[in-house]
Amino acid sequence: MSLDPITLSVIQAGLQQVCDEMDLAFSRTAFSPVIAEANDRSDGIYDAADGALIAQGAGGLPVFVGTMQYSTRTLIGMISSGQVAAPQPGDIYIVNDPYLGGTHLMDVRFARPYYRNGALWCWLSNTGHWPDTGGAVPGGFSASATAVEQEGLRLPPVRLFKEGVLDTEIYSIICSNIRVADQRIGDVKAQAAALELGAERLDLLLDRYGDNTVRAAIAELKRRAAQQMRSFIGDIPAGPHNATAWVDSDGVVNEPLAIRLQVTHDGGDLVFDFTGTSPPCKGPMNSVRATTLSSVYLAMRHIFPEVPISAGAFEPLHVIGIEGTFLDAQYPRPVSGCAAEVSQRIAEAVFAALVGALPDRVTAAPAGTSGNFALGGHDPERGRDFVMYQLSGGGYGGSADGDGLSNGCSTIGISKAPPVEIMEQAFPVLYRRYALREGSGGAGAMRGGFGLEYEVELRRGRAQASFVMDHGRFGPQGALGGADGAPNEVTVWHSDQPYTPEHLSKEQDIPLSPGDRVRVKTPGGGGYGDPFTRVPEAVAHDVALERYTSDQARDFFGVVVTAAGELNIAETEILRSKLGAARSD
Amino acid sequence: MADNQSGMVAGIDVGGTFTDLVELDQSEGTVRMSKVPSTPDNQAYGVLDALNMAECDLAALDLIVHGTTTTTNAVLERKLSRTGLITTQGFRDVLELGRRTRPQPYGMTGQFTPIIPRNLRLEVPERIDASGVVVVPLDEAAVLAAGQALIEAGCEAVVVHFLHAYANPGHERRAGELLSRIWPNDHITLGHAILSESREFERGVTAAVNASVQPILARYLRRLSAELAKDGYGRDVLVMNGNGGMVSARKVTAEAAKTVMSGPASGVMAAVYTGRLAGMPELITYDMGGTSTDVALIRGAEPAVSNEIEIEYAMPIHVPMVDVRTVGAGGGSIARVNAAGLLEVGPESAGADPGPICYGRGGTRPTISDANLLLGRLDPCKLAVKGGVAMVDVEQVFLDTLGTPLGLSAVEAAEAVIRIANTKMAGAIRMVSLSLGADPRDFALFAFGGAGPLHAAALARELGVPHVLVPARPGITNAIGCVVADLRHDFVNTINTPLDVLENSALQDVFAQQAKEGERLISAEPVAINELRKLYSVDMQFTGQTHILRVDLEGPEVDMATLQQLFEAAYYKRFRVELPEIRANVVNANCSVIGVREALDLSALIDPAGRKDTLRAAQTGTREVRFESGTFDTPIYWRDHLPLTFTLNGPAIIEQMDSTVLIEPDDSATGDAHGNIVITIGGAA
Repeated sequence: MSLDPITLSVIQAGLQQVCDEMDLAFSRTAFSPVIAEANDRSDGIYDAADGALIAQGAGGLPVFVGTMQYSTRTLIGMISSGQVAAPQPGDIYIVNDPYLGGTHLMDVRFARPYYRNGALWCWLSNTGHWPDTGGAVPGGFSASATAVEQEGLRLPPVRLFKEGVLDTEIYSIICSNIRVADQRIGDVKAQAAALELGAERLDLLLDRYGDNTVRAAIAELKRRAAQQMRSFIGDIPAGPHNATAWVDSDGVVNEPLAIRLQVTHDGGDLVFDFTGTSPPCKGPMNSVRATTLSSVYLAMRHIFPEVPISAGAFEPLHVIGIEGTFLDAQYPRPVSGCAAEVSQRIAEAVFAALVGALPDRVTAAPAGTSGNFALGGHDPERGRDFVMYQLSGGGYGGSADGDGLSNGCSTIGISKAPPVEIMEQAFPVLYRRYALREGSGGAGAMRGGFGLEYEVELRRGRAQASFVMDHGRFGPQGALGGADGAPNEVTVWHSDQPYTPEHLSKEQDIPLSPGDRVRVKTPGGGGYGDPFTRVPEAVAHDVALERYTSDQARDFFGVVVTAAGELNIAETEILRSKLGAARSD
Repeated sequence: MADNQSGMVAGIDVGGTFTDLVELDQSEGTVRMSKVPSTPDNQAYGVLDALNMAECDLAALDLIVHGTTTTTNAVLERKLSRTGLITTQGFRDVLELGRRTRPQPYGMTGQFTPIIPRNLRLEVPERIDASGVVVVPLDEAAVLAAGQALIEAGCEAVVVHFLHAYANPGHERRAGELLSRIWPNDHITLGHAILSESREFERGVTAAVNASVQPILARYLRRLSAELAKDGYGRDVLVMNGNGGMVSARKVTAEAAKTVMSGPASGVMAAVYTGRLAGMPELITYDMGGTSTDVALIRGAEPAVSNEIEIEYAMPIHVPMVDVRTVGAGGGSIARVNAAGLLEVGPESAGADPGPICYGRGGTRPTISDANLLLGRLDPCKLAVKGGVAMVDVEQVFLDTLGTPLGLSAVEAAEAVIRIANTKMAGAIRMVSLSLGADPRDFALFAFGGAGPLHAAALARELGVPHVLVPARPGITNAIGCVVADLRHDFVNTINTPLDVLENSALQDVFAQQAKEGERLISAEPVAINELRKLYSVDMQFTGQTHILRVDLEGPEVDMATLQQLFEAAYYKRFRVELPEIRANVVNANCSVIGVREALDLSALIDPAGRKDTLRAAQTGTREVRFESGTFDTPIYWRDHLPLTFTLNGPAIIEQMDSTVLIEPDDSATGDAHGNIVITIGGAA
């Protein structure tokens, strides 16, 4: 059937609205602060036949941009092969198996079949990050797991709700295997209610425009999203465009892991070839296929935010060469670092490969680590155990638009950091410092943003500190002549004895006594363009704000700022030409 | 208190483009109005121009209520007083680090400029922990040294912001005392005094905004008062706050942050007042201007108020404000066809300058206003001749940029632009009302701003809203909000206690304190009030949640079992989730104390003498107007000539000096006794 472009736009907005309303309902009712505050969740509509993404909420966590269509596709396959029970109206499947189109175990997916006149019309699905799904460490981010069983409870697709009723038997198995289970019922109901709301809103949309019109519009929108992505791809100069990005280590074997990427054109499509990437690793820094694909998609959407989140937009993007690498890990490889860390490094590889080709659109590398610091222990004053998480931001990369943002959130997230005051209310700690990390932004014509530097002290009881971070060995990459941002640093003081983890950014269960301190310095963003071309006044301004010292101004940027803080233009010109000459020798 | 009866009251609202005035003389039953260009460098000149233009006798005026964007503009444009921060050692970067976010989910670029630059943020040794215990005593010499350094650096205002000062304000108070000895003026802001809640970034930014707009507001009000006095006005000026209440100019600077965003609040207060008179207490306000559209919710003739508003990226101002949300499109929003061949409207805007093509100020890209013009909804005679721009020029642009790529004629393209814009706006309004826990179908739409009444009926249809209320003067609603505003003080105290261990008396003590303080503040104002109203509510959540739900109470005396029931009912109504497994938690106790001023008669906003007896006499002609259901020869009426009460069926267009009201073919419109128009969707007989 033929559709006028206006109806098409209106139906597109309508489908988007259904997803946005699901997102809103989920966040507002969730208990897990990771969902409610940090929006670590996503809701969408998926094709009945192949699970292809039709629409997804605008406020969903970026890393879920491509994953749910794979989990839905896998579910559909398992239903048709009889591995999983066939759906009835009102059923909701629960699944968190990373190898069946997931991320890490903490991301729990619900999928609800949507029926129209008795026939399956599409799937509604959402993902929410649960605070705990069992396993060796509270919260699930083990730095040294060597098998997925150590990371938590793995759920194959099972019907948690049967014809609208919660299966309390399955639920009790889940609750017996996770920590702080008493509050999970709130999240389960929130996650299910969001899908219910989505079904009601979709009913109204279909009633209004007609099932066939909406179905035709979905197909046409998919075709046009692909066309839009191809038109952007057409602006990318012929490659190949190469980059390598490094993960510090896997947390078990202290060797760097390489992500090697070559981006080439194929007709109007773009091919991301990861051949040459390191093999699967022993520790938890493996990625699974769905997360790897999603990471490429989210990187492309960071570059082209105009493109809608839909299967059509991803159709012209082809990811190859991941078989046999740590980006396509198979059971039972541990994967807890995939969504938080490896995904960001994949995005960095995409940015680094394309920044030369699209210098107005792509930034130098952002901090690219979630900076996960967990402190678990016992608080004698309150007579109870506690688990505290501190996730941190870092500097973003410089770009043609300007300097990078300081203390931005992870590439794959959109979450807010908890206030120091709230952390101190909840846990027996005292922050000594929570500050801009001076000197950390990578030098460039547009410099990187600055990282964060904090120092936290255990006040009483005992505790174990664990770190799952990255970019401790290598700073975020500078681009087009810009310098790398400062690498991540972790130091633990037992009394006054400093200790640095062997893997720099990863270690599990470091014991702390009262008065012991943890200091974390997060990465600065990569610089963009030759630092010697940075406007000298901008460098002097940063010196006046004590973001760089005058020594750093001279060494990084070739800019002379006197002890009194005055910019010396004449000496700057002399110094820059001298350094420039030395560089070209 | 209260020597002024509001005999002759002037409301003056300074907006981004225009300064609007409305003066009501209650004894004579007359109204004066004026609209003059705003004077951004010193808004006082615009205020005086407006008074002159309306020929107001300043000596005879009993009261001036003033809505000013002085502080809003200062914050949004970062044209702030030089302000210093004295804070806890180790924490000077709290204002710059923010909450670790980015401006938008996708796109790794963006900038953030902290409200106080790093070199003016100084640290002193002191530390208090989360339970209010002193860990490191205050270094008093360091406070004095820091104060001195900031004075020497040219600071006009100073903020003291210490960690956990909400739990123990001792160090902040002491530092304030010390600074008052050396600081050359009284622009000293203590963080806990503006906002006594945890979250150091939000509290710090709120305090920093307060300090850095204080000298600006003080200077402005001094100048304004002096100018007004010169012309014979001897009384107090009252200034609108963001909570929709007004405060005397003598006191308003101490809490200057509360005046930020007062402009949108006064429009909402006008809606509250108008809706109450019209018997429509449940409203969604819809203010569509040239660059953006603002939306707010009114329930039971009370505006939704929030103390967690972020006025732009990473700029939270956590004082109680009318919860006005900006939802994007305005008349200047630009339409384009994207690479997928789909029509998009906004977010890019032609703004006020150059503005839409039809303004003739050099705009070359198709906008919503231009589309309205092509459809005949705006008067082509009034618009399209400006600056040498003709209707055919607008048509050509629509054909070239939109029509040809979409396979439509210019007029069809214009219709598509309106339809897409309306769909988007309706969706955004739905999201706002849902996020506030309301179903839009239970409300009427209050349409104002120059373009609001043009789109309101279509939006209402899209949202399932049954009625649209169009006030007498949609284009000067904010000034009317100033005239009708009450005195209002909002109090929020953090309780944060599970319901099952909270004592009845503990909650009531807090309410009693709040009410007493509110009464004290209101009795000190030089304004007559008819009635003192107090509104009580609690913010609650299930233990473990981070979001809160507001539960309104009928009075301060409530027992905990009732509170549990009220909360569960409110939660179920909003989310359709029952959670008997989990205990409830009382987060905040809130009290609003409102000094209600005597009622004003607004029916004179349209001069009764100018009204004609019949609809026919009010009709100025007909025009071909295109609607979704077809093109109709549509009667055009002049609003000021309409009989006070009338009923007509669409299609019709009602024009007035400051706005255009569109009645669609299936709808009907009625005039009410207060001079409003009520559109009934699908009401055409």
